Amino acid sequence: MRPDPLIPMLGVVTAIRTDTPDVKTFRVTGVDGKKPFVHIPGQCAMLSIPGVGEALFSITSSPTEDYLDFSIKKCGCVTAWLHQMEVGQQITIRGPYGNGFPVDTELAGKDLLFIAGGIGLAPLHSVINYCRHYRDRYGSIDIVYGSRSKADLVDFPEITDEWCREEGIRVHLTIDNAQPDWDGHVGFVPNFVKELNFDTSKTVLMCGPPIMIKFTLAGLMELGFSREQIYTTMELRMKCALGKCGRCNIGNKYVCKDGPVFRFDQLDQLPDEY
Amino acid sequence: MKTIAISELNRLFEAISGGRKLYIPAEDGAGQAKFTPWRDGLKLTDKLNTVRSAKDLFFPQVENLVNFKVTGKQIEIIENRDISEPFAVFGVRGCDCRSFDILDRVFLSDPVDTYYQTRRENGLVITLACTRPAETCFCGTFGIDPASPGGDVTCWMEGDALYWQANTEKGKALTAELPMLRDCGEEAVETQKTRIRGALEKLPLRDLDLTGFDGEHMQTLFRSEKWAELSESCLGCGTCTFVCPTCQCYDVQEFNTGTEVKRFRCWDSCMYSDFTQMSAGQPRPTQKERFRQRFMHKLVYFPSNNHGIYGCVGCGRCLQKCPIHMNIVKVARTLKEEMK
Repeated sequence: MRPDPLIPMLGVVTAIRTDTPDVKTFRVTGVDGKKPFVHIPGQCAMLSIPGVGEALFSITSSPTEDYLDFSIKKCGCVTAWLHQMEVGQQITIRGPYGNGFPVDTELAGKDLLFIAGGIGLAPLHSVINYCRHYRDRYGSIDIVYGSRSKADLVDFPEITDEWCREEGIRVHLTIDNAQPDWDGHVGFVPNFVKELNFDTSKTVLMCGPPIMIKFTLAGLMELGFSREQIYTTMELRMKCALGKCGRCNIGNKYVCKDGPVFRFDQLDQLPDEY
Repeated sequence: MKTIAISELNRLFEAISGGRKLYIPAEDGAGQAKFTPWRDGLKLTDKLNTVRSAKDLFFPQVENLVNFKVTGKQIEIIENRDISEPFAVFGVRGCDCRSFDILDRVFLSDPVDTYYQTRRENGLVITLACTRPAETCFCGTFGIDPASPGGDVTCWMEGDALYWQANTEKGKALTAELPMLRDCGEEAVETQKTRIRGALEKLPLRDLDLTGFDGEHMQTLFRSEKWAELSESCLGCGTCTFVCPTCQCYDVQEFNTGTEVKRFRCWDSCMYSDFTQMSAGQPRPTQKERFRQRFMHKLVYFPSNNHGIYGCVGCGRCLQKCPIHMNIVKVARTLKEEMK
């Protein structure tokens, strides 16, 4: 039989970390203990549990690690199943899919501003740790990350223990509402970004809920950023991730194949469907 | 050019089916024409075209992808694809024949879909010229010549004879297997071609012009206010996508047999709300967005990605079958006004 891109390979869940009340991070390797494939930050993989379904997830870990991490929010059938499984569970995996962020070309040498909301940190997490690994290839790094509450910040320990302590990285956290054990910023991401009044020479990588993207983009425009310097990553329903099943298109582009990473000037060329 | 008497067709079909499975358009109990496995005495329909297109043979409505056996935390992957054997399909019209070129651009582009690829390699296409094009036909819009429809072999039926012209290596190899075909001149076929082309000139949809439907007008066409009225009566039944020879969107689903999980793919339709439904929301919330997607894909998105080739072959099936009599011709004509 010919190998077909729709036929997955086996993977094993080697670790499960509970990040927030509805987000867990799953570490996946091949059955041989090795990484199933090498990816570019921002690329995705199809994970499935036979009998439950298959769905596309962005890869959270940096390609410089020897495993794949997936930070997954519980929100549907497949994710609910993933959330109740235990270490040692085999799953199926295929990928990597999509274009990824242009980490070695357009982003090289740039001052980077990451803006994430909630689970939107997942795809940016891969880029952030890739840039930390090859620190001398990039300029300054700013990370704005917001969530509903302190408990909803994904992978809070890594952020406070590693990112916040690293020279040349500034982390700006915010939560939607004040709470007793939080002495940081309170408020929504779009306003926080405006308050921080970033230098417009930075290249922006943004991911979060559509409403956050919309208002943050407007805020960045007010600050004087241009759409050519802002990247985002899209999510739509997919079945094949190969550009053939026909459902993840925005205009003549398929998110699975031509995306999921787009610059806003590229999105401006496409119908405003989403 | 070769020929055989139409009275000898059964003998020809028997010979073709010797080395492979043969499908011919024949009528079922309800008088509907469909590509049917040939058996002795099966009569070729004289209907212009089959209800469903010939894509079924290369991209079946349902097919197995892979099986899984789940035992505790362990998963076993079991190859379970449907076996594809050599086959020939006789009586494909020019429109359906062109649809394979469109499907090829989807399934044979990187990464290749090996399920489709295997069927394409195993399949032999024998086309048949259209002597009586219908008023719903508009293949001419796409430069298709129903008088000379192509494929591995082209056939014409004229008077009491069938004429046979091999076009490809595959077609020539098949011809060599068929000693009952006799050499002949091309006069009868040339006469028929002229007659068919004359009939095409009189078709009501002959003047459908798609100039301007390209990537350049994507935004204008997408934003058109006409979509609301065009889609207003759409029932979202998906019939247009199921009879369409170029619709190729598919779903991947699973079925637990009790001992194994069978993962299969089946046709899907952009006309259905479930097509894009996510736990995070529905990006195409009403029938307007779904309707728009179907026609934008065929008339604008597909050509903009495929050197101007439209995702339609003018077979007219959707014109005949849509329960509300909406169709791609009405859509194209209405939107054409928008570009003026």
